[in-house]
Amino acid sequence: MNDILAGFRDPEVARRLVDEIHRIAVEPCTLMEVCGTHTMAIAKHGLRGVMPETIKLLSGPGCPVCVTANPDIDLAIEIARQPGVVLTTFGDMMKVPGSYSSLSTEKSEGRDIRIVYSPLDSLAIAEREPDKHVVFLGVGFETTAPTVALTIREAARRKLPNWSALSLHKTVPGALEALVVDPEVRVTGFILPGHVSTIIGTGPYEFLAREYGVPGVITGFEPVDVLQGVWMLAKQLAEGRAEIEIAYGRGVHAEGNPSAVAAIDASFERCDAEWRGIGVIPGTGLALRPEFAEYDARTRVPVAVPEPREIKGCQCGDVLRGVVLPFDCKLFGRACTPEHPVGPCMVSSEGSCAAYYRYTDYGKE
Amino acid sequence: MCLAIPARIVSEPNEIEMAEVDILGVKRHVSLMMTPDAKLGDHVLVHAGFAIQVVDEEFAAESLEMLNSMGIKHADELAAELDGSDETAGVPAS
Repeated sequence: MNDILAGFRDPEVARRLVDEIHRIAVEPCTLMEVCGTHTMAIAKHGLRGVMPETIKLLSGPGCPVCVTANPDIDLAIEIARQPGVVLTTFGDMMKVPGSYSSLSTEKSEGRDIRIVYSPLDSLAIAEREPDKHVVFLGVGFETTAPTVALTIREAARRKLPNWSALSLHKTVPGALEALVVDPEVRVTGFILPGHVSTIIGTGPYEFLAREYGVPGVITGFEPVDVLQGVWMLAKQLAEGRAEIEIAYGRGVHAEGNPSAVAAIDASFERCDAEWRGIGVIPGTGLALRPEFAEYDARTRVPVAVPEPREIKGCQCGDVLRGVVLPFDCKLFGRACTPEHPVGPCMVSSEGSCAAYYRYTDYGKE
Repeated sequence: MCLAIPARIVSEPNEIEMAEVDILGVKRHVSLMMTPDAKLGDHVLVHAGFAIQVVDEEFAAESLEMLNSMGIKHADELAAELDGSDETAGVPAS
């Protein structure tokens, strides 16, 4: 396995791909990735610097933490403030600012907030601490949603009386449509997320190619994977094709993972969801089905949420739509740095601003 | 956040579909609920304590072979390919 991965990091193979990309990318195009891991891979390996002038690589709303809207973070914070509640979540969520606070700040002020590696770990906490009500804050796209869906099913199977889930999960394809129809956003092709696609396959993206003529290539995360994705997109554009293709066949099948999709559908139903910077996108949220109401933190831990407010001067919303680049924001690198982040795109380790700050010589772009 | 890490299954799953995996030498228990076909010795992609897919190693080896051979072709051949041949030699899994 490690030998295989080494092959996808081979500089010689990467160089050949770069040469091919330069040869075929004659027309200007804007390719957007919508996955925080791609954001980091492109920045870390300096892939923007090896692109021809015709190819612009943009980051879109690919970081689930970054696209979580203030009212949702505020809701999680209010739930964490309730007596007897243990809020469990992934580490990524801790430092993200809501309107007035963050989970990290709340923890330092004494709320019982714990980071878990797997949602299943939160079930174990609930079993160990029957006097507490354990809430799992679920954030993430289709990659993560089935893990929480199966945890909800497992909680129901074990009839756990003191566990519930707060679902802030979102689904990717509807957000891509919102970007394609946004007149401010100009995307000629999508570098599609590898592990979201492991779950959903190619089917849910087909409308992009069919209805909007925008091609997409599902792409992996090693440098050679990303270059292969870019090369396949450039090839489609050069040949006048718009299709959804896979450049990450070792991890993605066209049909996705049907067991995982079935798990999502069994625990969740579609709802509208607010995306930071984009607004409400119909049908892109995942809410617990009514039959799991007793495992839904929204009904189990009812709270009043204060009126939300936005951070002054922060342009994360525009960064997430690819309308401005991180260093176009007035706060970037001055008031907003990884040590003292203002907006979520700088807070999250996978945020576009954090990636640019860490890896880019941004004076040059 | 959607990162998934390759790991090798090193134990048979128990009655609740948990199995031990080896992630670069570190042992962990993960759920195989989403990968009912995964077998002892398979590599799987692990995310948030769950195996989400069995890694297709044969496919990985083939795509590497394809990528390794590209660029060795003569430039004219590639140009001809781009000029409208419908056969996109070497494009994997489209």
